Amino acid sequence: MHAMTDISTLHYLVLGAALFLLGVIGVLTRRNVVIVLMSIELILNAVNLNLVAFSRYWQSIHGPSALHGQVFAIFVITDAAAEAAVGLGILIAFFRNKETVNVDEVNLLKW
Amino acid sequence: MLFLDHIYLIPLLPAFGAAFMFFFGRKLTKQTVSAVCVGVVVLAFLFACGAVLQYNVWAGANNHQPFQKIVYTWLGTDTGHLNFFKQDGSAANFQIDAGFLLDPLSAIWLLFVTGVGMLIHIYSIGYMAHEGGYYRFFGYLNLFMFSMLTLILANNYALMFVGWEGVGLCSYLLIGFYFHRKSASDAANKAFIVNRIGDAGFILGMFFIAWLMGSLRYVDVNAAARSGHFQIGDPLITAATLLLFVGACGKSAQLPLYVWLPDAMEGPTPVSALIHAATMVTAGVYMVARSNALFVLAPTSMKTVAIVGALTAIFAASIGLVQNDIKRVLAYSTVSQLGYMFLALGVGAFAAGVFHVFTHAFFKALLFLGAGSVIHAMSGEQDMRNMGDLRNRIPTTYWTMFIATLAIAGIPPFAGFFSKDEILWQSWATESVAYHLLWYIGYATAFMTAFYMFRLIYLTFWSKPRMSHDVEHHIHESPASMTMPLVVLAVMSLFAGFLGFPQSLARLVGIHGETNRFEAYLAPVFAKEAPVFAKEEPGQLAAGTKEEEKSSGTEYLLMFLSVGAAAFGWYMAGRSYREADKGYVEPINALSPPVYNTLLNKYYVDEGYDYVFTGRRKLGGVRLGAMGLGEASSWFDANVVDGAVNASGWLTRVVASLSSWWDKWIIDGVGVNGPAILARMLSYPARLLEWGLVQWYALVMTAGLVGFVFYYVYH
Repeated sequence: MHAMTDISTLHYLVLGAALFLLGVIGVLTRRNVVIVLMSIELILNAVNLNLVAFSRYWQSIHGPSALHGQVFAIFVITDAAAEAAVGLGILIAFFRNKETVNVDEVNLLKW
Repeated sequence: MLFLDHIYLIPLLPAFGAAFMFFFGRKLTKQTVSAVCVGVVVLAFLFACGAVLQYNVWAGANNHQPFQKIVYTWLGTDTGHLNFFKQDGSAANFQIDAGFLLDPLSAIWLLFVTGVGMLIHIYSIGYMAHEGGYYRFFGYLNLFMFSMLTLILANNYALMFVGWEGVGLCSYLLIGFYFHRKSASDAANKAFIVNRIGDAGFILGMFFIAWLMGSLRYVDVNAAARSGHFQIGDPLITAATLLLFVGACGKSAQLPLYVWLPDAMEGPTPVSALIHAATMVTAGVYMVARSNALFVLAPTSMKTVAIVGALTAIFAASIGLVQNDIKRVLAYSTVSQLGYMFLALGVGAFAAGVFHVFTHAFFKALLFLGAGSVIHAMSGEQDMRNMGDLRNRIPTTYWTMFIATLAIAGIPPFAGFFSKDEILWQSWATESVAYHLLWYIGYATAFMTAFYMFRLIYLTFWSKPRMSHDVEHHIHESPASMTMPLVVLAVMSLFAGFLGFPQSLARLVGIHGETNRFEAYLAPVFAKEAPVFAKEEPGQLAAGTKEEEKSSGTEYLLMFLSVGAAAFGWYMAGRSYREADKGYVEPINALSPPVYNTLLNKYYVDEGYDYVFTGRRKLGGVRLGAMGLGEASSWFDANVVDGAVNASGWLTRVVASLSSWWDKWIIDGVGVNGPAILARMLSYPARLLEWGLVQWYALVMTAGLVGFVFYYVYH
């Protein structure tokens, strides 16, 4: 039933984990805030991939009409859009003040 | 009843004159001013005559009651404002009216005040003709007449006090008429201030009367005093009467408050005649006579009045012996004669005292007006040392003044003889031997009076001319407006005494029946007192009833002695001064210079008052009196009061700094900053965790997450 060429849930999960890992590394290591935001998008999309994969797995058990899990992915995309808008807004305000977008030059928020 | 019903017009007429002068006087000519101001006084005099005549008829039909006319009630229980309890605990029916009262006592005062006042107004037309402030002078005179008539005609003590203060004010204004002269302004202040002392006594006396009697109306007070409710010698009555007498002492210039009257001679001479001789200064006598029903209840007060009167009489007369200013001699003479009047009141001979007021008003006004005429003739010179030999140059003045001198010296048949002799006789007739001493004092005073008065006459009108050539050249008799009042007053000085012709003399010349018309006229006011005295204090003060019992022989003897004293005084003065030339020697100075200097300096009383009462002079480095009190209270204020203020300020500062220290170190330090410091100490290790790089936080978070995951997976 499962041919080698079949793409199973496990494949999606591995891809999602890989994307997530890439995203986390990006967030933790890149200095440019724009890249950091993009990395956050990666993380979110990794999650989306997970959700979609599990939804598909669920459909394979309960029949073709069981597609509810896809809705979570739509929510997360919406959330990601909002987050990107806010994040870019903060970024612009930040740039106007510091004339930089490097996150390691921002260390005022401490004791 | 036209005059009686409108009796309030008598004071209002001069009040109108005064108001007219106040508003329009500045723009009026001297003729208009004289016409208005003299006119209203003449009208007031005619009105007063009408009122007294009507009263006499009315009184005959009304049991010799006093006539009362209450114009309106000023304040009282009717209006619900003045409720209080009397001394005996009953509620007072207290009222003060703008009310007028006419009885024989006020009738006599009314007649001579308006009469003499009218003559002096006429005289002033001539005397003030060349002076500035003409309308002001007449306005003040009219205001004085208004006040004096209010004083006399009031039906209660409060309204009397209004008049009393009014005459005091006018006295002040007129003494200070030449206000650009420092001495005049000082004298005015002195008169006003000394009178305040007396007035304080009067007010307190009034309070006593209101408290005891519940009323200030004479009729109520007299009725209460005569009701038998009060014991003779009641200490409260004694206090009330003594306080009233303090007021009388101030106004009537008795010891020890007489000092203002001699200085009051700084005013224009008609003022001295009107206010400081004939009328205002007798207000004290009027007040005591008016309060006779109270005084007879207080033998101590009566004795005080008699003794003060007698001492004042001789004290002032002795000063008068050596004074050189013609007006000052007359001023001391006035004080002395007022002393006589109080002596009479004090021995219970109220009618005799009032009689002397009456006759004195004429001859003393005449003397002052005569002195004014002399000063007028002498171009303003008042020092008798620079006069002499004026009798042929100003004959009218000389003759009228001579008559007045005979009257005041007590030479029969001039007015002063009858009144003064009556007083001396009454003081002798009071039986108590102690009172004979008063007679001796009065007798000695009679001699002194004759001496200083004839000294004045001889130094002024006889002796050698001692004035400068310029002055001598200008001597002239005064105008008719001035001599006419002199003549009228001289006639009165000659005949007024016959109103009180003594019974004993009448018997001697074969006349029987009532001859002392004056005393008979006053009988309704005073007669009621005698029985009280005869009953309660046998052998004392009941002079009126004792007269018949004494032998006429004694009276003739005393009369003869007093005439002898007057004649001796005349003789001594004539011997000493008749030929006085420049540099003449005062006989008293020749006899004993220290005595002379003491008298000339008025017993140093003014200086003494400066040491003791005003404090203008220091007594051995210490300042006493009013200024001393001022200095003491200034010291008290600067040291004690301010010291207390500063001390409390200092104390507040000490407490404040303690409180500040507590707040700073304990509240702020331990309570507020302590926890904060603790929190800060604890924050040092904690803040090491926070270095502000977002990615580090994310890393830690991730590490934690990974840690949790591993924990849950491999747990």
